[in-house]
Amino acid sequence: MSIPALTAVLIATLTLGLIYFQRTPFAANPEVFLDGALVTLQIFGVSAVLTLAIAFAAGLGRISPWWPVRWLCTAYVEVFRGTSALVQLFWLFYVLPLFGPTIEPFTAGVLGVSLNVGAYSAVVVQASIRAVPKAQREAAIALNLSPFNRMRRIILPQAIRMMIPPFGNLAIQLFKLTALVSFIGISDLTYTAYQLNQTTYRTVEVFTIILFMYFAIGLSITIGMKLLERRFARGVAVVRAR
Amino acid sequence: MIWDWTYAIDILPQMAEASLVTLRITVMGFALAAVVGLVWAVLAITEIPVISFAVRLFVEFMRSTPLVIQLFAVYYFLPMYGIFLSATLTGVLVLGLHYSAYCAEVYRSGLEAVPRGQWEAARAINLSLPRTFRRIILPQALPPVILPLGNYFVAMFKETPVLLAITVIELVATARIIGNDTFRYTEPITLAGVFFLLLSLVAAQFMRWLDRRFALPGHVL
Repeated sequence: MSIPALTAVLIATLTLGLIYFQRTPFAANPEVFLDGALVTLQIFGVSAVLTLAIAFAAGLGRISPWWPVRWLCTAYVEVFRGTSALVQLFWLFYVLPLFGPTIEPFTAGVLGVSLNVGAYSAVVVQASIRAVPKAQREAAIALNLSPFNRMRRIILPQAIRMMIPPFGNLAIQLFKLTALVSFIGISDLTYTAYQLNQTTYRTVEVFTIILFMYFAIGLSITIGMKLLERRFARGVAVVRAR
Repeated sequence: MIWDWTYAIDILPQMAEASLVTLRITVMGFALAAVVGLVWAVLAITEIPVISFAVRLFVEFMRSTPLVIQLFAVYYFLPMYGIFLSATLTGVLVLGLHYSAYCAEVYRSGLEAVPRGQWEAARAINLSLPRTFRRIILPQALPPVILPLGNYFVAMFKETPVLLAITVIELVATARIIGNDTFRYTEPITLAGVFFLLLSLVAAQFMRWLDRRFALPGHVL
């Protein structure tokens, strides 16, 4: 969907959601839901930054000239893409403490989610850098740019533009994964839903409200990423698909 | 190291059995996703005003809300309307519908890649719309998307553990139950990871074989 269509859907979702919310018995205390949403957003925000850092570290590591770095990054990517996110989360939460470090649920949640999506993002980073035309690299060498400046001034600015659309999908992926942290006892939106359902038995209301909230946040992220995509496409000649 | 081989081998049969549950759920869910996804893609491309917008909205919704919440909602909603399904069946249904949204996008890319001339030629020889899809468009649109569909098949394996939220006992749930019983989590959870790695590798290989088997003439690498 296009940005205006998505925005229209977002406005409709918010309006319908609010109207619906006013008619439920929860109308008196919206804090319960807002607290949950805040935790979800916090985890999403911290994880997004961490994921980005991991993605660039591992993605650049995979094209590193030193083979131990390359192998290490490839091993990381393969393991974290090959196993389930929930397994990774449980491993961090249940198994890692046995090796020493006690780990807070919040930290385990953020780490689990970031390491998982980071592996997928690393591949995007690597592929985008590879997709920069070879001549760009050669021209940079011909101009006697140092390897660092070559990457920073020539390759990355062109590669980042290509990373944005797949990153948009991964951002949604990350956002959806944050729901899993409820399994290790973090009181995010999903956990809130589960608890309210157990205590109030207002199943339909609880889950309808939660779905509205998740959809609204998800749509906002999609719109945000599309705007970013448009921002980065500025000044670049693009052939329109239609 | 606190890795106990005898214990690991002890719980291996239990884990292997649980991995079959995971396999079964994934295969059934993917079959549903592949079929329903195609329906969405075809409905979206035929551009019937209300229906194609509804389908796009549905796809957007499924893709931007977490699977856990969808599972909970369906698991609790259905009995209220007098529909009683087992947890596993609910899981398969929701997993299938969730991934049908992703499959729809893949199919769409396949359908859009079919040259316009094919549509026009089918129109010129007076084929009906269903016949055009069945005989002309789909045979060209489907083979190139086997591999991207396969990616979602593999991704689906890794999302089945979420079904433990609605009490489906699959690989990770089994690992956690064993861990809760014995207070030794290292082996079961690591084994669960290993099983996922194996399942994913085999599934990816299978999809690659399928891709070669059904490749369009001139598209074989």
